[in-house]
Parts: sequence; C-alpha cells; structure tokens
Amino acid sequence: MDFSTNPDHDSIRQSVRSLLDKLGTEQDVRRAMETERGYDTDAWAALSQQVGAAAVGVPEELGGAGFGFAELAVVLEELGAALLPSPLFATRVLAVEALVRSGDLGVRPEIESLVAGELTATLALSATGGVWAPGKTEVVARGEREEFVLDGHASFVLDGAAADVLVVAALLDGVPHLFLVDGRAEGLHRTPLETVDLTRHQARIVLSATPARLVQCAESAESVIAEVLDVAAIALAAEQLGGAQRCLDMSVEHAKNRIQFGRPIGSFQAIKHKCANVLLELDAARSAVWTAAWSVDHAPEDVPVLAAMVKAHCSEMYELAARECIQIHGGIGFTWEFAAQLYFKRAHSSALMLGTPHDHREALVRRLGLGTAV
Amino acid sequence: MTAVVEAGATDLSADAAFRAEVRGFLEANLPSGWRGVGGLTPGEYEEFRAHWRSLLTAHRLIAPAWPREYGGGGRTAVQSAILAEEFARAGVPRGGANDPFSIQMIGNTLLALGSESQKARFLPGIIDGTYVFCQGFSEPGHGSDLGGVTTRARRDGGEWVIEGQKIWTSNALTANWIFVLCRTGDESASRHEGLTLLLVPLDQPGIERRPIRMINGTSEFCETFFTGARTQVGLEVGGVGGGWRAATGLLTFERGETTATLPVRFRAELERLRDLLESRHALDDPLVRDEFAWCWTRVELMRLSGLNNLARWERGEPIGPESSLEKLMWSELHGRVTGLACRALGDEATTYSGPDPSSYFLCDEPGAPAGSVSSWVKVHFSALGETIAAGTSEIQRNIVAERVLGLPR
Repeated sequence: MDFSTNPDHDSIRQSVRSLLDKLGTEQDVRRAMETERGYDTDAWAALSQQVGAAAVGVPEELGGAGFGFAELAVVLEELGAALLPSPLFATRVLAVEALVRSGDLGVRPEIESLVAGELTATLALSATGGVWAPGKTEVVARGEREEFVLDGHASFVLDGAAADVLVVAALLDGVPHLFLVDGRAEGLHRTPLETVDLTRHQARIVLSATPARLVQCAESAESVIAEVLDVAAIALAAEQLGGAQRCLDMSVEHAKNRIQFGRPIGSFQAIKHKCANVLLELDAARSAVWTAAWSVDHAPEDVPVLAAMVKAHCSEMYELAARECIQIHGGIGFTWEFAAQLYFKRAHSSALMLGTPHDHREALVRRLGLGTAV
Repeated sequence: MTAVVEAGATDLSADAAFRAEVRGFLEANLPSGWRGVGGLTPGEYEEFRAHWRSLLTAHRLIAPAWPREYGGGGRTAVQSAILAEEFARAGVPRGGANDPFSIQMIGNTLLALGSESQKARFLPGIIDGTYVFCQGFSEPGHGSDLGGVTTRARRDGGEWVIEGQKIWTSNALTANWIFVLCRTGDESASRHEGLTLLLVPLDQPGIERRPIRMINGTSEFCETFFTGARTQVGLEVGGVGGGWRAATGLLTFERGETTATLPVRFRAELERLRDLLESRHALDDPLVRDEFAWCWTRVELMRLSGLNNLARWERGEPIGPESSLEKLMWSELHGRVTGLACRALGDEATTYSGPDPSSYFLCDEPGAPAGSVSSWVKVHFSALGETIAAGTSEIQRNIVAERVLGLPR
C-alpha cells in the first residue's frame, strides 16, 4: 500500500475538504469556539451525516461505514488543518473505540447512534492532575448486575459538558471497569473548564450516586482503555500533522510576500532555515503516522511502539511549526486576531494531552524492553 | 517489526527471489558466526576486503545494475538497492574503499553521459580494478560554491594541461585516476558553461597528493596539486562545457541505495549503543532513556520515510530534494547517538582504548564490539564532518527551502 496515491484516501480527503471549505473557515472556527457547546451543530451534522466521518473505520455490521483507521486518520488530518471544533475526536476516537473494543453486544445500539451522528459521547478517565491511567481513576462504582451508581470525579473530559453519553472509568471492588452514563443523569454535575485551546472544550465532572450501566469487557477494561489510549495517540498525531502543515503553509506564504529591506523575507537564510527545519520534522512524521494508522487494523502488535513514537514526535513537531509560524509572521503573529495563535494553542494542548513527549518516550523504552530500572 | 514494513510501500518485495539469491550468496561465502567487518582488525579488514571484492567481481555483484557487456550484473536499480540492504545487514562492504567514487559516482555518470569509447575503456576496468578513482571537486576557495572552481585546463594539442588545486580528496592515495571538475571556458563563458569534468591519471609528475590529518587522527583525505598535469583529449565526461551537468548529475546517483541502507546501518549502531548502555546500567537514568528513545525514534522515522521514498523511486520518480531531508536527518542524528555513547562512557571517553572503528564515515560497521571506547569516540569526531561533507547542513536547508518550499533565492 502506497499512502501517497491511495484512491480511498483521496476521495475521503476531498469530501472532508469540500465540507471544510464551506463550513470550516477561520470565521466558522472562531464563531464555534465561543459557543457554550463548543462546536457548530450544523457543521457536525454535515460532517457526521453527509460525510459519515464518525462511521469511518467502524465495521458495517455495527452500523459503521467500513474502511479502516487509516481512512479515519485522513479525516482527522483535515480537521486538524482546519481546526474546526467538532465532537468527532471525543465521540469516535475515544468513546466509540472503547465501546467497540469492549466487545459488549449490549452497547451496539449506542454505537450505531454514535457513528450515525445522532448522539455525541466522550470518555471520562482522567484523575486529578491529568493522570490517564485506568487504575488511578477517582470514580468508584457500587451496585450489581443492571443497577450501578457512580461516585467521584474526573477532569479534562473532552466535550464533557455537551456530550450526550459519557463512557466513565470507575473502580468496582478495586478493579477498573467501564460504565455508560447519560449526559442528563441524576447526580451528574458537569462544569466547563476554562481551556487555553478554545477549539477543544473540556469539563470537570462530579458524580454523586449517578446511575450507570456496566459495559461488559470481553478482556479487561484496563486492556480496552490501554488500547484506546494508544489509538487516540495516533489519532491526535494525525491531527497534529494536519495542523503543522497548515502552519508551515502560512509561514511560507508570508515569507514569500512580506517585503523588508527591499526583498521578500523568505530570501533571508534565517527564515529559510526555520521553514526547512519545520519541513524536516513534518516530512519525517508523515510516513510514520500513516504506518501507525494502518497498523491499528493490520498489525495491532506494532501499535504500542508506533503510538508512543508518533505522539512524542508529532507533539514536538507541531509545537515547533506553530512557534516558528508566529516568529516568521513577526508582530502580527502575536495577535489574537491572526490565526497562528489558534494553532499554537492547539499544538500546546495536544502536546500535553494523552501524555507528554517525555511520557511517551519513557513508554517507548519500556515497550522496547530496554533497561532494568523501568 | 516486519509487519510495519508491509504497511508502507513495497518493501522491495517484488524481487523476493533476488533477495533470496543474495542471502544465499552471503551464506555460502561468509564464515559461520559472521558478525560483520566491524569485528575485524584494520589489517584483517583490508585483507578481507580485497578477497571479497574479487569474489563480487566474479559473481557480477560489484556493479549489479551495470549492463553485462561491461562486466555488470544487468540487474535493475531496485535489485541493486536490495543487494545494498542485505550487504548492510550482513556487515559486508559493497566493494573496495574507492568504489563509491569509481562505481556509484563516475561509473554511473559514464553510463549516463559518457561516449562509447569512454564506456568501453573505463567500465570494465573499473570493475576489474584497473581503474581506481577518487573525486576532485572541492578547492580551498570553492567548497559549497562548487560552481566557481578555478582549477584550469587548457588544450595543448592532443592533451589537456591542468593547473590548480583540489582539496578533501577522499582515498586519493589508494586511487590511480581522478575525475576533476575544471574550468575550460574563457571569461565570456558563464560560470557553469565553462566547466568540464576530466578523467586524469594520478601517477604522473604533475600531480602531487598530500595527506591531511583529520580530527579523528586518520588521513583519509588529501590536498591534490596539479602543476602541468596532463590527460588525453577525449576524456571529457559529458563533453567540453558539460562539466556542471555531469558533476551535479553524478551526485544524485547513489541516492536510491542510501535510502535502503542507512536505516539498516543506523539501527545496527543503535543496537550496539543499547548493549553499551545496558552493560553500564546507564538506562537507569531517565535522561539517558529519553535521549535513547529520541534516537531510536529518529532511526525508525528514517526507515519508514525511506520505504515511501523507495516506492516512488521504484516507480521511476527521481529522488530529488528529498535526499537533502534524508541527509539532514541522519547527519544530525549521528552526533547525538555517538554523544550518548560518550556520555555513558564518561571519563573513559576522554581517552582512546579498544579497537579502532573499521570505517570513519557513517556508522561503524555491524560486528563492531559494543564496548570499544576508541570506536565510539573516533566515530563521534568523524560525525562532526558529516554535517559538512556531501553538502553542508546549511546548504541542504537552503536547497530544501528553495526547491521544495519555493522560497526565493
């Protein structure tokens, strides 16, 4: 498979791009991010129903569109480039992956609604301080069989305040499990966080005897969550690729057009080298992100290493691209009004979310089986 | 991680039969327990290399992609890359120390641009070792700015007479011929139009080779002085005034193969580094772990990009400015790998001990002992030259900015 000339990818990319050309302009982004919900419902309807974005990579027998994770990565890359706020990541990458991977036949109706864009969802896993590890969840479950209640709290829940359904990690008898919670459930309090990146809303949730439904995991919930986190890291890397490319495009365009000292600033070596450095990191990322996305379906045993690798690399790459974009634009780059700040904040938050570059390099060493102290 | 390889490109797997043939050759001709030339002493390596080259010549594996009429293997470019990859993995050389210049550079240029008589004379002779070439491009006054070279050649009857000086002439002492970029045009000719690439025999009174000692202590390259040096008319590659085209074309010929071999060699070097770090318990330090993971990631990124580039090259798309990205990547990575080794060695890396590296350019060869201090330290110093030779990092960045991104000159 040669990713550069894959016709499926081309057609998916084209559909998403045409949609974003109409509904995902910078103006649309700024307008959507200021809303309470955090995204535009018409744009989401178009994305999920016309393009079927939430169904990509989900098997047809579960109501999905077929295709694979590599095709979903194309969608995410385009969205990352446009920065259009959307419940796609939280719904499709976090919640749907968790539900599908659980193997629980009982959640099929929920999966079908989610991939059809009828409902939105998210995953609540992070404990205080942003620790994304199932064993550290600060939600506790009690009850049995069909009737459970949850107590506790979770933070940094993506689209946490607006999601129709939450997949919540909670300890039942000290063991992590996954539960489905309705967004309007009794005892659920959702408080939006004031986020740096306004294109990606987050919330803190508090649960007090909140009714919940157990998601039966064929393997352990812990292993499901671990898989979801790796897949999410790859998904985020695809977004980061799109965003970084857009930053480089803006930088190069400006460097060609901005005249100072009687010549375009792109003729100065310092500017050329900044752009070349960003391209070097971007170009290196591309094949790796595509390989990682492909491996989700075709070589899952390679995913843990690839996920750690691409998330660490793409986080640093996107931060570099966004920072240099601001630098190359000079004073304008520093303004609220100019697009660079939106990308910088997305780069900043993406780098810290789901594990920092250092966390992922540490995981990589462990997954490669190196050293004794780990 | 072989499954990962299937994801991108073709892994050159269309030629699985040829790959099996190469592996069979290696197995039949290498001693059991062979770890790579890195495990040999310099003396043993020299002996092995001479014998190995004869073997490759006899099997038409020394210039696999050249036409059989010249002694080549008549193979495709892809098969040549497969061979390069397998040889890198086995830790055996492709030929003699000068063959990158004789075969990959001038030989391939002759195939593309040479006259029939030049091809008939030099190609078989390059293969059988009659002609051993080195490269005369850079001058003290012109390194990055090669287009301005001043070594001059003027016609004198049936000969060219050459005056000037070349520098950084690698492996000049083991060569018997040199290809020299000379100025032949008069003042009215443009910079590039006035250049000619001449083939010149080295063993003559008008040429003096003086070794230059490098930071790593060896003298692999020379200054080469031309004082009334002579060569026959008819030995212009690409014609009189065709020197710039020949020289720039020459530099592109080895690219498909380095894409295939570099990740193999760098991965082998990383494995040696890992052994070193584990033996010193250096991986207990989280900063060392972080740096190792960074290096490992770089090599893997190179490998995956390489697979994509190879797929395009296989389809006949030329590898252009992407090779600058590849060069930037590995040359800037290398110093960090060797730097990490030196850090683990600590005070030991302020001294020399243990066997010297068997090669000073790129990574040390597979089979080199993990703990050899001299090996790591000397390659660490050699790595300083890798961001300078074959196009400095600054020039590579300019190339990328101008030719890939379209930024103005």
